[in-house]
Amino acid sequence: MSLYLLCLSLFLIGLYCVLRKRNIIKIIVGIIICEYAVNLFFVLVAYKIGGRSPIHSPEQAIENMVDALPQAVVLTSIVIGLATTALLIGIAMRIYQKYGTFDITKIRELNG
Amino acid sequence: MTQTTALNIIPLFVVIPLTGSFLISILGRRFKALPDLLGFFATLGSLLAAIAAVWAINSYGTLVYSVGAWKAPIGIAMVLDGLSVFMLVVVNLIASAVCVFSINYMEHYTSKWKFYTLFLLMVAGMNGVVITGDIFNLFVFLEIASVASYALVAFGTEKHELEAAFKYAVMGTVASLFILLGIVFLYSFTSTLNMADMASVLAGGKSANIILMVSVLFLMGFGFKSALVPFHAWLPDAHPSAPAPISAMLSGVLIKSLGIYALIRIFYNIFGITAEISSILMFLGALSMVIGVFLAIGQWDLKRLLAYHSISQIGYVILGLGLGTPLGILGGLFHLFNHSVFKSLLFLNSGAIEYETGTRQLKEMGGLIHKMPVTGTTNLIASMAIAGIPPFNGFFSKLIIIIAVVQAQRYGYAFWAVLASVLTLASFLKVMKYAFFGELKKKWEKIQGVPAFMKISMISLAIICVIGGVLIIPTAREMFLDRAVDVISNGSNYASVVLKAIM
Repeated sequence: MSLYLLCLSLFLIGLYCVLRKRNIIKIIVGIIICEYAVNLFFVLVAYKIGGRSPIHSPEQAIENMVDALPQAVVLTSIVIGLATTALLIGIAMRIYQKYGTFDITKIRELNG
Repeated sequence: MTQTTALNIIPLFVVIPLTGSFLISILGRRFKALPDLLGFFATLGSLLAAIAAVWAINSYGTLVYSVGAWKAPIGIAMVLDGLSVFMLVVVNLIASAVCVFSINYMEHYTSKWKFYTLFLLMVAGMNGVVITGDIFNLFVFLEIASVASYALVAFGTEKHELEAAFKYAVMGTVASLFILLGIVFLYSFTSTLNMADMASVLAGGKSANIILMVSVLFLMGFGFKSALVPFHAWLPDAHPSAPAPISAMLSGVLIKSLGIYALIRIFYNIFGITAEISSILMFLGALSMVIGVFLAIGQWDLKRLLAYHSISQIGYVILGLGLGTPLGILGGLFHLFNHSVFKSLLFLNSGAIEYETGTRQLKEMGGLIHKMPVTGTTNLIASMAIAGIPPFNGFFSKLIIIIAVVQAQRYGYAFWAVLASVLTLASFLKVMKYAFFGELKKKWEKIQGVPAFMKISMISLAIICVIGGVLIIPTAREMFLDRAVDVISNGSNYASVVLKAIM
């Protein structure tokens, strides 16, 4: 249970970072923390205490394996996260070239 | 065409645009004409496949393709049913019109091939979201389409584009994380990722709490993607900042296939609709409808005004679909189709104006219909369609939604729908008056007409606006719209239909 709570607090730290920080780079770091928290949670959901790795061989009985699917799926999710982070950092670099600052309170020419 | 051939159409919707995107990215730099040609043929090919799919669905019913021959629920399934086919036709129709428009329009940007690579990637992502029957696969395609759209919003790489793209990307990523979190909760409860299998597990009872939790996460995530009112802040920045063809794609189909389609598929087909979710959807729809139009009416930036109208019209769609009666769903889906046609036409028109005059401010325009007769006429048609003036398509869909709401005795919602429609008319009168009618200003006397491909694309969309009403004539309706309505209104049958169709 405490593992899940730690995972939740990691997610909330990331969310706080996205919502409250003024520096673009810190916002991106917040997104990365959030992403890791969700991926961690996905792996935790599949984990069984004392479970063994899900490799099937003829002489062993199938018992007490951890669920293998989330581990495969989380890899995809990590790769997606990489793409998003790379794009965000690319945009952040271009923003710095144009505005000369990373402070979002100074980057406010649109008012949506 | 046999059933096997019909089955083999299904993966084409992802394969064609993805191949096009790949080829353009490696060959586009060297051969100048290649990106235009490949882009055009890829979107046209997907459109033809979508029309073939309409035929396939009418002869064989729901079709399921198992990717890599791994049978669902273990492997990934691609499900072609009435709702998917409907969305595929909408997405690929708009994509091919936009692609024809870009041939001329994108000339004044550098590196056109990068544009087409991202554009086809976005189309592949949207087709994938619509066609897939596996919830994690849906998330992957959703991210493909979203990441491509973040990059396309920033395509101009000027100050405003970058600021809007950063805002959109940050908020979009957080929304995607909420969706992923919802998927994790669903997986932990049902131990399956296949949507049909998941629906049959959830229907077994004892799942009220998990559904409540996941509903909230999905409402936030997909509500953001479809720009419902409390989550709409990114849209009025992101849509106007993108190049005009991309604004047309974003407002026309992206918010619908990633937002509304996914929302409807999950709430009607996987969870099964409840009275609470239905009233939340209707309330959010009405709120978007009214707030969107009030914010739109005061805008002087043409594309910004159109972007706020997207929020408002999405409200109509959600109101109709949330109502849950067959007539309401018919109205909602028909309005979804109509909105994607006339809103992309309006954005393409604003692009044509920007191409000729270089401005988006309504106050600087004036009398443009004398110099740009085609753009002026198509804009008039699209404005009348969005405002709901009789023979145009927007009139019929709004009428059906309002009749459905009155039949369900929700008179308050009917009132707001009528009010929003009147205000929409008012704001488009403003657009026509300031942009096209009146005296031609001196500085615009030298502009020439719009290039040929842009005209072709705008005229063909305008023709669909005029004749769009034929889709509710009974025979056409039974083939196309009713199939989609069936999938939603008999939402709880989804699991059994799909599991039976796996071969």
